[in-house]
Amino acid sequence: MRVVLAEDLFLLRDGLVRLLRAHDFEIVAAVESGPELARALAESEPDVAVVDVRLPPTHTDEGLQCALEARRRRPGLPVLVLSQHVEQLYARELLADGSGAVGYLLKDRVFDAEQFVDAVRRVAGGGTAMDPQVIQQLLTRRSGDDRPLARLTPREREVLELMAQGRSNAAIAGRLVVTERAIAKHTANIFAKLGLEVSDDDNRRVLAVLAYLDQGR
Amino acid sequence: MSIDTRNGTRSGTRRTKGLAKAALRGLGLALVSLPLSALCFTLTLLSIALIPLGIGIVTTPYVLTRARTYANWRRVLAAEWGGVRIPPAYRPLPKDANPWERTFGMLSDPATRRELWWLLVDMTAGVVTALLPAALLLYPLEGFALAAGLWRVMPDPYWYGFVPVGDQASALGAGALALGLLFLAHFVTPSVLNAHYRLTRAVLSPSQGELSERVRVLTETRRDAVDTSAAELRRIERDLHDGAQARLVAMGMDLGTIEALLDKDPEQAKELIARTRRSSVEALSELRELVHGIHPPVLAERGLGDAVRALALRLPVATEVNVELPGRAEAPVESAAYFAVSEVLTNAVKHAGADRIWVDLHHAEGHLRVSVTDNGKGGAVIGAGSGLTGVERRLGTFDGVLAVSSPAGGPTMVTMEIPCELS
Repeated sequence: MRVVLAEDLFLLRDGLVRLLRAHDFEIVAAVESGPELARALAESEPDVAVVDVRLPPTHTDEGLQCALEARRRRPGLPVLVLSQHVEQLYARELLADGSGAVGYLLKDRVFDAEQFVDAVRRVAGGGTAMDPQVIQQLLTRRSGDDRPLARLTPREREVLELMAQGRSNAAIAGRLVVTERAIAKHTANIFAKLGLEVSDDDNRRVLAVLAYLDQGR
Repeated sequence: MSIDTRNGTRSGTRRTKGLAKAALRGLGLALVSLPLSALCFTLTLLSIALIPLGIGIVTTPYVLTRARTYANWRRVLAAEWGGVRIPPAYRPLPKDANPWERTFGMLSDPATRRELWWLLVDMTAGVVTALLPAALLLYPLEGFALAAGLWRVMPDPYWYGFVPVGDQASALGAGALALGLLFLAHFVTPSVLNAHYRLTRAVLSPSQGELSERVRVLTETRRDAVDTSAAELRRIERDLHDGAQARLVAMGMDLGTIEALLDKDPEQAKELIARTRRSSVEALSELRELVHGIHPPVLAERGLGDAVRALALRLPVATEVNVELPGRAEAPVESAAYFAVSEVLTNAVKHAGADRIWVDLHHAEGHLRVSVTDNGKGGAVIGAGSGLTGVERRLGTFDGVLAVSSPAGGPTMVTMEIPCELS
């Protein structure tokens, strides 16, 4: 799998390159600034781009803007954005075009190499990987003033949280150490309580969840 | 002794030269300032009178700018000739203000009112005081001329001062008076011209009360700013010391232990490694929160508008954010405004019991205006240990102001205004 990597801190870039190589990814470009990233994304056709939000020369959200721009030119280009902090605002912008294949994770997640690599693979495969922190913010925000969420059982909330992060039923089952059938039952209940259409597609599932959480603002 | 005499003579010569110079300058000043001041005064009044017709909107800024240039020239003269410094105190205008904003911005400036008043004073009392030195010098000359024989051609009786001149004797008396006057002029001329400059200063410079009020406000806000930033530094130091720093020390210790255990007890070493990793994650998240408290990342990356939007997204209350900012303010202003909004929003969530909040951010007439409105129960006041006092202080550093309208039963509307330019 071919990866374009953008990260301005040498130590982190170096570590990410080594981590991804160790998991059999091919690094086609590892760049350190916005313009270099734009060039790399235009020239090589990566399977996935792993991008830091804050990049030189502006040291603002140059990385995010580059990624969004690249996705405008090549819709559905898988992009995983890493950041020192996560903001719903940015998550929304990434999810806005509705074509999936996006991820938005806290940089800390690379501490758990397996989970991180899993997220990269999921995004490259057209799925989503939203940081648990973003999802938690969304859930706590909406739970205060919304009936349907309050009707969920604690287990269902757990499942919803993992689902909104972009995990498949199989992954959720593995995570919660239950059978896949139990998860399927939970998800059906959740969809019914939230009034969402049932779908087999992982990616649409997340978008539906996020759209629900997003509504009424 | 001889040195003293020479010095005396030299200073006497200098004095005489100074006298002539003062007289010439005064004469010149009077001749120039009378028509110019009158012209400026009339044109300004005319231009203001034409504002209802629309013409004044275009001409007033132009005329007022010319009047300011003239006043500034007189300031320079007062400083160079009289050693009297008159600080200009015009309010700055936004760079790309339209004629309407320019006209009313300039007219509402206290300096403009002062200047109009000065023009009036200058063409009356100002001209008289400017003419006096020349008059004090020329009038004795007339007396000497009379004594020398000019009295013959003058009508009879001709009054020179209080002396009626009719024959040679009285003409000599006039000459004596002239000598006396010249002697007097020798001493008073410099101070008379100085009086002219001081008159200019008295009318043209900002009043003492205005300045001392400004100084009082500045002193207060500076002390507040220093206090707040010192407290902030102490908090950061404590947080670092008790949090991330302690964790990093513990991690170093654990790593040492792991090194020792690696061969002896691999199982326990593995457990310790897991623990160390958890610690590092916790240290990171603590650092992140600390950074967020100092300067929120979205603020650095996107500016005030999006930072407030991001803030609103995290609130447990539905919040509508409306932003109209064509550019970014300077970082300290952005930061102050952000934390002020954050504090006000926290108040609304905690105390108002609101279920909807509206935030409006826009920039107009050189001011950043922020209003936060909630439909809660109201009753918020500045002071009495409320967070709003802190907000007021924060804004005060930037000459910003805070207004709260919060009748019991609500709604509460907090408005903040900070003068600043956007880039």
